[in-house]
Amino acid sequence: MSDPDLSAADAAQLSPTTEAWPVRAALIALTIVVVAVLLVVPLLVVFVQALGLGIGAALSTFRDADAVAAIGLTLLVAAVAVPCNMIFGIAAAWAIAKYRFPGRAFLITLIDLPFSVSPVVAGLVYVLLLGPFTPIGAWLLEDYGVRVIFAVPGVVLATIFVTFPFVARELIPLMQDQGTGDEEAAISLGASGWQTFWYVTLPNVKWALLYGVLLCNARAMGEFGAVAVISGKLRGETVTMPLQIELYYQEFRAMAQVSAFSLAAVLAGLALVTLAIKSWLEWRYADQLAATRAGH
Amino acid sequence: MELSIRNVRKEFDRFPALEDVSLDIRSGELIALLGPSGSGKTTLLRLIAGLDFPTSGAILFGDEDASRKSVQERNVGFVFQHYALFRNMTVGENIGFGLKVRPAATRPATADIRRRAMELLDLVQLAGLENRYPNQLSGGQRQRVALARALAIEPRVLLLDEPFGALDAQVRRELRRWLREIHDRTGHTTVFVTHDQEEALELADRVVVMSQGRVEQVGSADEVYDRPNSPFVYSFIGESSGLPVRVENGELWLEDRPIGLKAADAPGGRATLHFRPQDVELLDGCGGCIAGTVSSSRRVAGTRRIELEIGPEHHRVEIEVPIDHAAAQKSRVAFRPTRWAVFPASA
Amino acid sequence: MARIRFRQPSILPGFGLTFGFTIFYLSLIVLIPILGLFVKTFELDWASFERIVTGPRFLAALRLSFGASLLAALFNVVIGTLIAWVLVRYRFFARRFVDAIIDLPFALPTAVAGIALTSLYVPQGWFGRLFAPYGITIAYTPVGIWIALVFIGLPFVVRTVQPVLEDFNREVEEAAATLGAPRRTTIARVILPPLLPAILTGFSLSFARAVGEYGSVIFIAGNIPRQTEILPLLIVFRLEEREYAAAAAIATVMLLVSFLILLAVNLIQTWSTRRFGHV
Repeated sequence: MSDPDLSAADAAQLSPTTEAWPVRAALIALTIVVVAVLLVVPLLVVFVQALGLGIGAALSTFRDADAVAAIGLTLLVAAVAVPCNMIFGIAAAWAIAKYRFPGRAFLITLIDLPFSVSPVVAGLVYVLLLGPFTPIGAWLLEDYGVRVIFAVPGVVLATIFVTFPFVARELIPLMQDQGTGDEEAAISLGASGWQTFWYVTLPNVKWALLYGVLLCNARAMGEFGAVAVISGKLRGETVTMPLQIELYYQEFRAMAQVSAFSLAAVLAGLALVTLAIKSWLEWRYADQLAATRAGH
Repeated sequence: MELSIRNVRKEFDRFPALEDVSLDIRSGELIALLGPSGSGKTTLLRLIAGLDFPTSGAILFGDEDASRKSVQERNVGFVFQHYALFRNMTVGENIGFGLKVRPAATRPATADIRRRAMELLDLVQLAGLENRYPNQLSGGQRQRVALARALAIEPRVLLLDEPFGALDAQVRRELRRWLREIHDRTGHTTVFVTHDQEEALELADRVVVMSQGRVEQVGSADEVYDRPNSPFVYSFIGESSGLPVRVENGELWLEDRPIGLKAADAPGGRATLHFRPQDVELLDGCGGCIAGTVSSSRRVAGTRRIELEIGPEHHRVEIEVPIDHAAAQKSRVAFRPTRWAVFPASA
Repeated sequence: MARIRFRQPSILPGFGLTFGFTIFYLSLIVLIPILGLFVKTFELDWASFERIVTGPRFLAALRLSFGASLLAALFNVVIGTLIAWVLVRYRFFARRFVDAIIDLPFALPTAVAGIALTSLYVPQGWFGRLFAPYGITIAYTPVGIWIALVFIGLPFVVRTVQPVLEDFNREVEEAAATLGAPRRTTIARVILPPLLPAILTGFSLSFARAVGEYGSVIFIAGNIPRQTEILPLLIVFRLEEREYAAAAAIATVMLLVSFLILLAVNLIQTWSTRRFGHV
C-alpha cells in the first residue's frame, strides 16, 4: 500500500466539483484579458488622450464657453429628469407593489419598455409629436412661443424617456417582496398615509431608491442618441456634454481632440464614481436592494 | 462489499472535522452514523464516497485502497438530503443518467437503460411517473427517485446523507420502513447519516455514535441504548440523568453517605452517575439510597415523571413512577437506580 | 352602489393618487409618443412603405445592424457565461474589481465609449497598430461596429447568468460525479441546461441593446452608405432630410423587432418558471 497521506494538492485535483488547476488558471487568465482589453483599456485611453498635450491643455477645455454651457445644460437636464423619474418610480412602486389588481405584470412590462427602445427612436417619437411641423408643435410655438424640439425642453423630455424605468424597476420588486404588513401596522396605529410612507416605507427602501437614482443619473448625464436627434446641436444652447464631445471630436484639430477627451474624462470619472458607489451598495446593503437574490 | 476506515483524519482549514476514526463495515450491513451536528458524520460519509479526501488515513473497499480514487471510480450510490435531482431531466432520465454517461465500451444499450430505469421505478413504487419532471413530484417521491438513481449504477456501497431530513414526520416514518425493505431485498452495504436517534435505532443493524469528530461507540441498537460506554452516549441516546458522586473503596457515595451501589472496578474519586428515568426502584426508607425533594411532576403518556432536587446543591434528576403511585403526592422521594453506569468526573 | 371591483380591498390609502399618476405619466412620456410614431407611419401608403423597407440602402443597414448585433450577442453569450462562471466559482486576485468593472458599459456614456474605442482601433491606435502591418483595419469597418456592440452588450449576459449560477446547488454536481459522470459531462448535461433560460435572456437583452445602439457605434463605424451604416443612423439621416414618414417607417420596423424580443424574453421566463420552478 502506498503512502496513505494525501497531499492537499492531490485532494484538490480529485475534488469532483471543480476543474483541474490548469483549466481554472486558463479561465481566470482569459477573464482578466477580456476585461482588460474590452473594458479597462478603453477607459484608460480616455484619460491618456485627454492628457495628450499636457494637463494645461486638458484644463483649458473647461474655459471654453461651449464646454461650460454644455456642462451647465447637462446638470440642468439631470436635475429635472432624475427627480421626475424618482417621483414617478415611487408612485408606480406604491401602486403596483402595495395593491393587487389585474394587469400589474403588463404595467411593469410597459414601464420597462423604454429600455428596449433605441435611443434614436426615443428622440424621434418626440420630434414626430412635438416638432414645429406638427399640430401640437405649431400650436405651442405660435400661441405660447414655446419651442420644444431643437430646444432645451425637448432635450429634457428625451432624457426622461430613456431614464424612465430606472427607479421604478429597483423599487417594485423590493416593495413587492416586503409586502404590506409594516404599512398596515402603521395605519392601524393611527398613522396617516403620508406619515406611513415617510416613517415606514421610505426607510425600508432608501438604499434601493439611492441605487436607482444613481443609475438614473448616470444615464441622464451620459445620454447621447436620443438627445442628438432632438437637440438640433445648437452650440452653447442645446448641446449637452456628450453632444459637445462629438462636436469637438469632429473638428480634427489636435486641441479639439484634447477637449473631446477631457470632457469624456469627466464623464468617465462620473461613471467610475457611479460604479464604486454601486458596488459599495451591493456589498453593504445586498439584502436591502433587489428582491431577486434569495429572499427572507 | 466490506468497508474499512483506518485512522482517518480530516481537517478543513486546519480545523479538525474528524480525528483518528477507524471503523469496519461488514458486507451487506445497514449501518447508521448518528451524532449531533458538527460531530463529523457527514464528513465521514463524504470521505467514503470520495466527495472529499482524508488529510491522513486510508479508506478500503474490500482489500483495495480507495483513498486515492476519484468519486467517479469508486462506484458508490449517494443519496443527498435535498435529493439533488437533475431538474432539467425527467424521472426516467434521472435514473438512467449513471448508465448513460458510462464510456461507450461499458454503456448498456439505450433500450436496456430504459428497461433498467423502469425496473427501479417499480422497486421504489413510482411506476408510471417516468416522464414527470422533479418539480412535479412531492418530497417523498423525489427521495425515492434519488434512491432509484443511486441504485441504477449497481453501486458497491449505498451512502445516504440524512435521507429523510427534509421530509415531514409521517413521510419519514413511511420511507424508513420502506428503506429497510429495499435493503433487505437488494442486500447493498448501506451507510446512512442521521441525527435522529429513533431513526438510527429502528433502522440500522449497527449504530455508530459520533461526537466532535470521534467515534464514541459502535454497536447494535440494544448495545448503545442499554450499555452506553460514555457520558455522551448516555445523554445523547434516550433520556438520562447525571448526578455527581464519589467512588470510595468500590462504593458510590453521595455527599456524606453511601447510596447502596457497588462499583468494584471504578477508580476512586469524583465521578458522575448516569441512569435512565425508568431504570429506578422506589424505596420507602433510606438506608443506602438517593433521596430528593419533588420539584415538579408531569404526566408523560402512560407514566408519570417526577423531577427531584437532590442535596444542598439542588442537582436535578428525573425518575419515572407509575401513574397512580403515591410518590407523586409526596414532597420527598427515595429511590435507587437499577441499571446505571458511573464515569470518572473529568470525562 | 354595486360595482365591479378593480382592485382587491386594502386599508392603505393612496391607490387612486399613485395609480392615476403612474398611468398619466406613463401615457404622457412613453405611450402617446410611441403611438404617434405608428400614426405617422400610417400616413404612408403601402407602396411608399414598401419602397422604404426594400430600398438597397435600408436593406444594407438592416443586414449590418442585425448581423453585427447577432454576432456580438453570440460572442457575449460565450464569453459572458465564462466570465460569470469564473466570478462565481473561482477566488482570485482582483475578483472584486473585475466584478465591479463588468458594469462599466452600463455606466459609461455611449459617446465616451465610442470615441475611446475608435481611438484604440484606428490604424495609429494602441490596438489598431497591432493589426495595421497585416493590412487589417478595424475602425470604420463592420469589425469595429462588432467590437462596439460586444462592449455595450457584455454585462447583460454576465448579470443574468451570474445569480442563477450562484444559486446552483453544488450537491447536484456531486450527485452527477457519484454516478460516474466525468466533469465535462456534468458541465454539459447537468449544469448548462438549467442555465439555458438565463443565457437566452442575456442573449436577447444583449441583442436588443445592440440593434438600437447608436452612440458607441457611430464614431467607430465610419458611416459609409451601404457598408458601415447602421439602422439608427439611417433614421437620423432621414430626419435631417425632413423625410419624417420614412424615418418613422424605419423606427416602426425597429420597434416591432424590440417588441418581439421583449415577448421572447417573457416567454423564456414563463417557460423556465414552469419547467424548473424558477427563472
